[in-house]
Amino acid sequence: MHVIESGIGELIQPPDLDAFREWNREKKSRALVDKVMTDAEAVSRFVYDGCYIGTELYGTVRCPMTLVREVVRQNKRDLRVAGQGVTELDLWFGARLVKKLDITYIGLEVYGTSNALRREVESGRVESVVEWSNGGITWRFKATAMGVPFIPVRAMLGSDTFKYSAAKVVECPFTGQKICLLPALILDVGLIHVHRVDKYGNAQVEGISGFAFEMSRACRRLIVSAEEIVDTEEIRRYPDRTIIPYYLVDAVVHAPYGSHPGEMVYCYARDEEFLREWVEMSKTEEGTRAYLDKYIYSLANHQEYLDLIGRERLEVLRADEEGRR
Amino acid sequence: MSEPAYNPTELLICIAARQMPDSVTAFIGTGIPMLAASLAQKMHAPNLIPIFEFGGTGARLVRLPRAVGESRTFYRGVAASGICDIMETATRGFIDFGFLGGAQIDPYGNLNSTIIGPQHHPPKVRLPGSGGGNDVGSLCWRTITIMRHDTRRFVPRVDFITTPGYLTGPGAREAAGLPPDTGPYRVVSTLALLDFDEETKRMRLVSTNPGVTVEQVLENTGFELIVPGGVGQNAPPTAEELHILRDEVDPERFYI
Repeated sequence: MHVIESGIGELIQPPDLDAFREWNREKKSRALVDKVMTDAEAVSRFVYDGCYIGTELYGTVRCPMTLVREVVRQNKRDLRVAGQGVTELDLWFGARLVKKLDITYIGLEVYGTSNALRREVESGRVESVVEWSNGGITWRFKATAMGVPFIPVRAMLGSDTFKYSAAKVVECPFTGQKICLLPALILDVGLIHVHRVDKYGNAQVEGISGFAFEMSRACRRLIVSAEEIVDTEEIRRYPDRTIIPYYLVDAVVHAPYGSHPGEMVYCYARDEEFLREWVEMSKTEEGTRAYLDKYIYSLANHQEYLDLIGRERLEVLRADEEGRR
Repeated sequence: MSEPAYNPTELLICIAARQMPDSVTAFIGTGIPMLAASLAQKMHAPNLIPIFEFGGTGARLVRLPRAVGESRTFYRGVAASGICDIMETATRGFIDFGFLGGAQIDPYGNLNSTIIGPQHHPPKVRLPGSGGGNDVGSLCWRTITIMRHDTRRFVPRVDFITTPGYLTGPGAREAAGLPPDTGPYRVVSTLALLDFDEETKRMRLVSTNPGVTVEQVLENTGFELIVPGGVGQNAPPTAEELHILRDEVDPERFYI
């Protein structure tokens, strides 16, 4: 196949699908074993300095914030990150944990650009920044989910987003037209928060599925946190709701309000006041540090975080959820 | 009766809402497009189908979403799927309109939301990046860009083409491999409504906002704008539009 043009961005995580097959054969047990552990144990066992890591869904929506904060608490450094994010990746930038970045969107949505991202990227502390569209980065997961080294797409063509990516434009062998090829993206570690999971890792989500399906199939290690750990019979009653089967999962973490300050559809609403606190404090390095001290470094675990937020406030967020009304 | 008072954001939302017909699919991003889609649904387009990139399709925009994945993006919707489904739906030609924004736009409607300055890394200013913007601008049939209008934003060349407009002119999108017959349709700015000349694919003035002269539009545009003979005037927001916008679309005044 004739390569017409190549993006000049670094291929931060080159795909090796045969090695991935081998990994899945050797390292991912098909046995139904209890994988429940604390957030501290899961992060300590599976997240490591320099790993390539990704999160799903994003910042304010069904986001594994408990696990994200634990990564900060354990100071896992030199992370290479698949970047679709709001507050979750902001915490990692704020704590200066990110070394390389495949970016599609990192910002604060209605609250504008991310100051934490700006400080880390504009200073050059993030060494490599490679551009993708949002569809693009998810299709890269999809390629891995398909078990193939690349996927052809019709986006990114003609743009600087392509030029500063690691994609290629080729002549389609069937139509003769130009088509963009995206390399498969295999995460060393993925973090996903779900509504319910059993102790083996069979996970179900409600509402939009974001990119949980694709990303869960593109991880060497996958940590699932959940609002609720349920009996396997509950899962077996509605198997059509299972988006992540157990054999993809390495650790199961019970994390009620695990998406706070983001929302969890049909469970609790987003915490606007708390989100604004990060928006304000992340404007300066001192404020960022104070926020991380207050909500992460000075707390031992997720329960202490929930205690700090307070039951009363969490109940209000639960009452505010309006998805079924 | 005197005309009702309104602020520039309200004007942008009302003019953007008027661009959306009924019974079409529209890819909606954070911010003003959400308000415009909601207003359109409550005015003239009750069967407008808003589509959000993380999977929400056909929501009733009863309450205003604050994020493109939040539950309000599929509240009473017809489907809640995922990002691949939405982007593939756009790829197959099912999404009629797409809304875009950015820090810079050029005469061909190319958009920058990635960096400011000549160098990619490290950049002078890092912006959020493409997000779904590049996908929307590549794959939806017609895109509508909503922008503040000044010479820092309407520039001869964008620092970075995050999202393709007509690239370098006629035929450039097709030559790059993008689907035919797609591209920028309108620009709704704080000063005017603009479209693109069929021959040259360059930006053209359609009509100015209330109280704005053609000269003011030209002064605030950093490139040569096509000005046809009969430039119209956009009607100001009606009392009904403002009432619905303030009391039903955004009663919490989150955006307006």
